Amino acid sequence: MNVPNSFRTQPDERGHFGQFGGRFVAETLMPLILDLDREYRAAKADPAFKAEFEDLLEHYVGRPSPLYHAERLSAALREGAEPGMGAQVWFKRDELNHTGAHKINNCIGQILLAIRMGKTRIIAETGAGQHGVATAAVCARFGLPCVIYMGARDIERQQPNVFRMKLLGAEVRPVESGAKTLSDAMNEGLRDWVANVHDTFYIIGTAAGPHPYPEMVRDFQSVIGREARAQMLARTGRLPDMLVAAIGGGSNAIGLFHPFLDDAEVAMLGVEAAGHGLDREHAASLAGGFPGVLHGNKTYLLQDEDGQIAEGHSISAGLDYPGIGPEHAWLRDIGRVEYDSATDQDALDAFQLLCRTEGIIPALEPAHAIAAVTRRAKTMRDDQVILANLCGRGDKDIFTVASALGVAI
Amino acid sequence: MTTRLAAAFAQDHAALVCFVTAGDPTPAATPAILDALVAGGADVIELGMPFTDPMADGPAIQNANIRSLAAGTRTTDILSIAAGFRSRHPNVPLVLMGYANPMLRHGSAAFARAAADSGVDGVICVDIPPEEDDALGPALRAAGIAPIRLATPTTDAARLPAVLDGAGGFLYYVSVAGITGLQQAQQSSIEDAVARLMDATDLPVAVGFGVRTPDQAAAIARVADGVVVGSAIVEIVAAHGADAPGPVTTYVRSLADAVASARKVVAA
Repeated sequence: MNVPNSFRTQPDERGHFGQFGGRFVAETLMPLILDLDREYRAAKADPAFKAEFEDLLEHYVGRPSPLYHAERLSAALREGAEPGMGAQVWFKRDELNHTGAHKINNCIGQILLAIRMGKTRIIAETGAGQHGVATAAVCARFGLPCVIYMGARDIERQQPNVFRMKLLGAEVRPVESGAKTLSDAMNEGLRDWVANVHDTFYIIGTAAGPHPYPEMVRDFQSVIGREARAQMLARTGRLPDMLVAAIGGGSNAIGLFHPFLDDAEVAMLGVEAAGHGLDREHAASLAGGFPGVLHGNKTYLLQDEDGQIAEGHSISAGLDYPGIGPEHAWLRDIGRVEYDSATDQDALDAFQLLCRTEGIIPALEPAHAIAAVTRRAKTMRDDQVILANLCGRGDKDIFTVASALGVAI
Repeated sequence: MTTRLAAAFAQDHAALVCFVTAGDPTPAATPAILDALVAGGADVIELGMPFTDPMADGPAIQNANIRSLAAGTRTTDILSIAAGFRSRHPNVPLVLMGYANPMLRHGSAAFARAAADSGVDGVICVDIPPEEDDALGPALRAAGIAPIRLATPTTDAARLPAVLDGAGGFLYYVSVAGITGLQQAQQSSIEDAVARLMDATDLPVAVGFGVRTPDQAAAIARVADGVVVGSAIVEIVAAHGADAPGPVTTYVRSLADAVASARKVVAA
């Protein structure tokens, strides 16, 4: 395998991360995608754009988010480990952001770009509703009308977020096609966009879609990894031994990983949703998928022999997507990042463990990352450091968790 | 094999291009529906390859995809339907229209070879723009299949050469920025666009999206080389299922008559 000098120079000018990524969209959208790419390059080079982005992250989102040493969780995991084993677990606390997840970082960047391009209407897709809430919030903040596409099944299991979006002034359009989840919401978002290219900006929530979205979302989310790297060095004088993050489309993970990619001593672990198990229904597109083309990019997809897309399953609506961002597909193939998975049950166990050891209710998405942390910590020495991204809080998930635990609220 | 397409567009009237989704309502029902299109006067057949995520299609074709996949339609069934059509209708061009993922699942070369072996004349892939031509175009051209490109109202003059580079068969002008089946563009905007496209290419220009009535088809036939009708036929299939061939022939004949007379009006 041809290993590059730097892992941080992707994608190429056509948006390809190795064989993945690209711009697989209908002709109607192509001119807009090219325009977006030009505008994004210009914005990236504009100090005023950067200054406004950073100002909003500080004063509206509440960044930097803390870096937290989870000492009671670390101790609990050490109890089940051999002597001298059991890594120290730290969290990047993006669940403390305004609107409760990392999603808002990207929404701030994209709405500034939309305004810069003169677009007057915002659309977005959402799975768990976190991206929808974040998009609705920035639309309210900038006074732009907002339509959120959400699968009808996700609407059922994420009622609190649906109401939040409505409070923030967004119109939530239920999507009744397919499995009625995130993938179908994205199809409907693309259908809206193709019919309204002249005035509409599509704020894609994850590091996927046609170029330049995977790169752009990564860049906006990389604030997570830049802060974490500086905070870890300041607090401990060293870099972590391993980074861990949950992966649906993969935006929180790429945001954490990217600034560390050229730090050879830092291992990285992405955690996919194994649902009921990898031999049953799941949403682990790297573990159980094949390369293909969907939603504007080439990446690993859950699909059958004929290239029909399979329905993902996860207890976490935010991970319930049959694809994965193309940069993760590339990082997997070149071996820079390791990918693992956690089942619904693993995530529920980790969710409760974190509640009880640290007084933090995580979202079900990072609960998958925490599940992997509980396994890995025991295999690492007690002077080693795991840094996991706590990318969302669990308020939205308490009904799902109660139902899974057989508790009536 | 692209000569069949060239001949279809070289008649003394605009070519009537008719779309149906393969396997809707069942793979077994499709051959008779294709024969009904030909009996009604279709000049070119567009056979839609169903996909789970048809993001450029409106409700009519989305539902056709769902019915087809629910009936168990496989890619091999679609290629068999094409091969059967080719043996029954040696001179009527057939193009496959669909999305990238089913076409690329086992590699572009395998797909192109299989399509060529089934007598397919052209392929329209909705989500492979010229920028990603590498993914499928070279394999199609090597197999003698025309890669049919789409132009839209957003395809400006600066971009048009890129769209035409490597294009074959005919140029499909999508007359509205939107999804299939919902609305039709203003006739005046179609006329301007077709004139602009004809200036830029020697390929025939066919116009589609939202064409439903014989009058609409005739108006386009006066200015373009071809008229594409899709969702309206798919709706007839939805309403009549396996009994669709009769109503499909009647409807297509009304379009074909209008298209044939349209050019005569101009000639007179």
